[in-house]
Amino acid sequence: MSALLQYAVQGLAAGSFYALAALGLAVIFGVLGVVNFAHGAFYMLGAVATAVLLDTLDLTLWWSLLVVPVLMFLFGVVVERLLVQWLLRLDPLYNLLLTFGLTLVLVELVKQQYGVSGLPYRLPSGLQGRIDLAGVVLPRYQLFVLFFSIALCVLVWLMMTRTRIGMIVRAATEKPELARALGINVGRWVTPVFGFGVALAGLAGVLAAPFRAITADMGNNFAIILFAVVVIGGLGSIVGAVVAGFLVGLVEAFGQAYAPTFAQILIFVLMALVILIRPAGLFGRQEATT
Amino acid sequence: MTHSVIREAPPAGADAPVTASNPRLRWILLAVGLVAALALPWFIYPPVAMDIVALALFAIALDILLGFTGLLSFGHAAFWGSSAYVTGLIATHYGVPFPVAVIGGAVFAMILALPIGYVSVRRSGIYFAMVTLAFAQMVYFIGYQWSDLTGGENGLQGVPRSFFGIELVETESFYFYYAALPILLFGMWAAWRIVHSPFGRVLVSIRDNTPRARALGYDADKYKAVAFVLSAGLTGLAGGVFAINHGFVALTELHWTTSGDVVLMTVLGGIGTLWGGIVGAFLTVTLADYLASSGFHGIDLITGSVFVLVVLLFRRGIWGTVRHRWNIRRLRRASARAGQGYSSPDGNSRHTTSGEGTGR
Repeated sequence: MSALLQYAVQGLAAGSFYALAALGLAVIFGVLGVVNFAHGAFYMLGAVATAVLLDTLDLTLWWSLLVVPVLMFLFGVVVERLLVQWLLRLDPLYNLLLTFGLTLVLVELVKQQYGVSGLPYRLPSGLQGRIDLAGVVLPRYQLFVLFFSIALCVLVWLMMTRTRIGMIVRAATEKPELARALGINVGRWVTPVFGFGVALAGLAGVLAAPFRAITADMGNNFAIILFAVVVIGGLGSIVGAVVAGFLVGLVEAFGQAYAPTFAQILIFVLMALVILIRPAGLFGRQEATT
Repeated sequence: MTHSVIREAPPAGADAPVTASNPRLRWILLAVGLVAALALPWFIYPPVAMDIVALALFAIALDILLGFTGLLSFGHAAFWGSSAYVTGLIATHYGVPFPVAVIGGAVFAMILALPIGYVSVRRSGIYFAMVTLAFAQMVYFIGYQWSDLTGGENGLQGVPRSFFGIELVETESFYFYYAALPILLFGMWAAWRIVHSPFGRVLVSIRDNTPRARALGYDADKYKAVAFVLSAGLTGLAGGVFAINHGFVALTELHWTTSGDVVLMTVLGGIGTLWGGIVGAFLTVTLADYLASSGFHGIDLITGSVFVLVVLLFRRGIWGTVRHRWNIRRLRRASARAGQGYSSPDGNSRHTTSGEGTGR
């Protein structure tokens, strides 16, 4: 029982990286219609930035959680203005290819700058160690990651459903023509939304920094699993992205515990099953199938 | 709504094959291509020349899906790599002539493509790309984990090159080139034949307007799945020859970057052109070879930048641009002869024709 709970927390903590990043991917796809291949690279940049900030400016994780998303937001704005915006009117596959190329460049640049071996990272003392919860010993940091990302997801959800900005973004996601007809300048939101999505990927990277080996390649497989996550959740769906993110984290953790050889493969089997049974994804609308 | 993927609406006739207007030109092009293929190992280090032709077939096989069915597969490394492994294993364990091993690899790639294609064609467009990528990653992990068979990260080493009793060893890669060339040329001919068959016409109709093709009674998913399997088979031929050529199969052949590289070759050469795959493969391989020999590390920096630039500025690709120019000039000349000015070949006329094509 105790082991089960440990795996569950571990899986949910890993799942929160997927959930946060997939949330960013879903919002970008919703408003821009772009599948951002570079999302894994942005996640990697978030983690690398966290390690570099600690190394050079001695900024601890607490500061990184604040600073890195802002930096990534600005970076996302630059990428959107410089590259992505020119292809928005064309088939979305062009932007997939563009961001694929961008991924290769970003990963290679980080490799040239920081080498292929991992960057070191140490946690602030408040988050080290384990805590004992009624007989179940859990790493403090995993619990922190879990609660932090759930709080963040709830916050984003509240923003999406309760604020004017959120309503505009949702309207622009679901019925862009109608939103325009009602006098909403959808185009104005494109750049900030892209930046916001990139910031979420970066934030997932910050949280992953103490948890994973920080290398230039850390985002590659992450990006592909993210694709599986959004296919499982339903690409247009924000709730779907979050739920599927945690679900995939759980599958991965339990897979690693009980069938380590098949842990990675299980995720893709899950994806195949979802496509066969519910092609639009668990939370996707059926009209989004083609 | 049009369902055509990754293809800008062309002015009528401007993106037709250059040979459409001039059948003699086809024979000239084919003769030039054949001479070039035969002469290649005299000018380029033979193993590199072999890589060029193998990757050209890989790009052409991808183009059957991307250019003629409207499906971007981001997971073709699964077929390329698995055929390379199976070819290598057959050649190593059974000592059969290498063409037999290559055919074995291609058959395996087609068998693998059946379930992947069956599931993937249920989604199209951007989803198809993501799903194929995810499945390819699954195959990659299987190759990685099953190290007893594949050698895992060390790769599969010491693949022999036996050719009906003759051992074509390292020094004889020049002869190996000519021994393997017919397989690859056959693959290219098969691709051309598929695209220009009635089956190929149905694929194009599915690409241009899936609901209409369905309404005409064509089972679109079935056609797409068959195209997927055929493309995987040709990819398998290329991957098998590649494995024999190197005498070694690396895990990289299954990696997603391999899928990306071949997409780049196809897009660089020109989507929906077949010939473009050859141009793209030639440029990519010679560039990579040049950079490697000049001691430059970080080929991905160049690859990635080329990707970004091609997609931003040069979406027709090289062969596509040549073809476009050629046809525009031909159309202009034809209309001048008919005594009426041809409307400008730039954006304006393109938009009107595209509206016509999709709105009906």
